[in-house]
Amino acid sequence: MKPETTAAGAPTSASGKGRIELQHVSKGYGEAWERQEVVSDVSLEIAPGKLTAVVGPSGCGKSTLVNLVAGFESPESGRILLNGRPVGGPSHERMVVFQETALMPWLTTYQNIVFGPRIRGDMPKKALHEEAVKLLDKVGLSEFKDKYPIQLSGGMQRRAELARAIINRPKLLIMDEPFRGLDAMTRELMQEFFLRLFEENRRTNLFVTSEIEEAIILADHLVILSNRPARVREVIDIDLPRPREFAMLGSREAYQYKRAALELLHEEAMKSFSEQQSVQAGLIEAISSRGS
Amino acid sequence: MAVAASGTGASGGGLRRLRWSALKRNAKLWRGAAAIALTLVLWECGSRASQQLGMQLPFIGLIPPPTAVLAAWAEVIPQFGYWESWYLSFKRVLAGFLSAMVVGIPFGLLLAVSRYCREIFFPPFEVLRPIPPLAWVPASLIFWPTNELSIAFVTFLGAFFTIVINVLGGARSIDIRLLRAAQSMGATKWDMFWRIVLPASLPSIFTGAAVGMGITWEVVLAAEMISGGGTQGGGGLGFFIWNSYMGGSLEQIVVGMFSIGIAGYLSSSAIRYLGDRCMPWRRLF
Ligand SMILES: Nc1ncnc2c1ncn2[C@@H]1O[C@H](COP(=O)(O)OP(=O)(O)OP(=O)(O)O)[C@@H](O)[C@H]1O
Ligand SMILES: [Mg+2]
Repeated sequence: MKPETTAAGAPTSASGKGRIELQHVSKGYGEAWERQEVVSDVSLEIAPGKLTAVVGPSGCGKSTLVNLVAGFESPESGRILLNGRPVGGPSHERMVVFQETALMPWLTTYQNIVFGPRIRGDMPKKALHEEAVKLLDKVGLSEFKDKYPIQLSGGMQRRAELARAIINRPKLLIMDEPFRGLDAMTRELMQEFFLRLFEENRRTNLFVTSEIEEAIILADHLVILSNRPARVREVIDIDLPRPREFAMLGSREAYQYKRAALELLHEEAMKSFSEQQSVQAGLIEAISSRGS
Repeated sequence: MAVAASGTGASGGGLRRLRWSALKRNAKLWRGAAAIALTLVLWECGSRASQQLGMQLPFIGLIPPPTAVLAAWAEVIPQFGYWESWYLSFKRVLAGFLSAMVVGIPFGLLLAVSRYCREIFFPPFEVLRPIPPLAWVPASLIFWPTNELSIAFVTFLGAFFTIVINVLGGARSIDIRLLRAAQSMGATKWDMFWRIVLPASLPSIFTGAAVGMGITWEVVLAAEMISGGGTQGGGGLGFFIWNSYMGGSLEQIVVGMFSIGIAGYLSSSAIRYLGDRCMPWRRLF
């Protein structure tokens, strides 16, 4: 393993570098008789200043995991710690960038970005304005600051949402399939943009995705989840050098990471498939034996 | 020289294009105007056909021709009574509509944000809602001391249920991600209501208002016709039509009907205008 490198000279202080620990976290839905476990005994560490990507089969419980870490829901058992302290409800220490846009449609880009600090009133007006202007410039939306979300393209909306999250100086930035629904071209541009943004400040990041290549190019640690209920199937350390380039996806290492991840995911998919098959086979057997 | 010549040529072409595009842009307007004109001509011919053919056409032959209607209109326009009808109807519509808004919007929002209130108030609300406003007329005539108050009450009910159900539906279907995003950013209950629930419900508030306004007009006119004039609760456009019917003036009946159409159009335009002003982000669709 490489030694822990602290991003020297990074403009933001340690504020963006929380350390998250999930200890035996479980969560299910439904009453006892129809209870369905969605997250099962997940233990995981999200290292400070690192990007931890989470991949897993569709519907396995990734968003549920996000909701737990963000505090929108609380675990049934287990603990979630931020810098050693248990997390409570939602807080701007753990900001989420949601799947598809969650900008307030009635606020302009600028108003959306300053929303958090403004309602909390924890930032002097002038400093907030300067910060917002800086961020708008950074995400390339200065010209669009007085536009409403509906007037922005998909990629612009994602960038506005990133800015809205970052201005709150979260200790952990959580992203739940943030680039899902964008067209291939915009998606790649957004990945590139986000990669640069991450490498500039190295804010602790939990990045949920269903695209292996996206995960490999962005992540320091790649967590592979099992089928529902989600368990940690494997954690792969991605040792590609930073700053990352998309060309690295063609390298041998990247290929091996991809093979390993796909193999695990394939296994998981097969498992659920064979489970269904055995249920069907059992049913058919039961029916035919009754008929004879 | 050559440059200038080609310049004017281009600008001439540009001008022609401009005119053409302006014409095309107005095409919708022209089509609408042509359709109305055609309708009027057909209507005129249809109702005058009896004089030429010596026999009346079915249905349309009974309706006075537009020229006669216009003449009747010109006759009533200088009359005080006609404008008083407008004034009385508008006053009743506004009273019923505004009170329904003032009571209905907060009530709908309250039901939306408080589960407790929803559990208490929603069942009786849902039982009363399907009762047509006009079914309330006899009861409210007994209950309220004056006809005018009865009309106001029935009008209020007509709009109230629609507004509440729209506001409630709108406020309950707010995208959970917006609520969660606000929660993460530290929104208090107060912020949540004023900065998220209220603006997110505005579109359905205005939808409720538009539908409610339509119902108020229906109810006011029906109530005016039922109350049948007199000194109390009389007058209004509904009474104008009723009176014309009693007086046997077919032309005036049609004048009354069109007056109501215009009044309804003015009311819904006002609501649309207000909606555009209050929700600039919706104008961009
Ligand atoms: N509030 C809830 N009540 C009941 N069941 C739920 C709830 N939230 C999620 N589930 C169930 O949990 C399972 C996992 O959902 P989740 O959204 O976490 O999956 P996901 O991995 O994010 O899926 P996707 O790839 O579609 O984003 C689903 O089967 C879903 O039906
Ligand atoms: Mg999901």
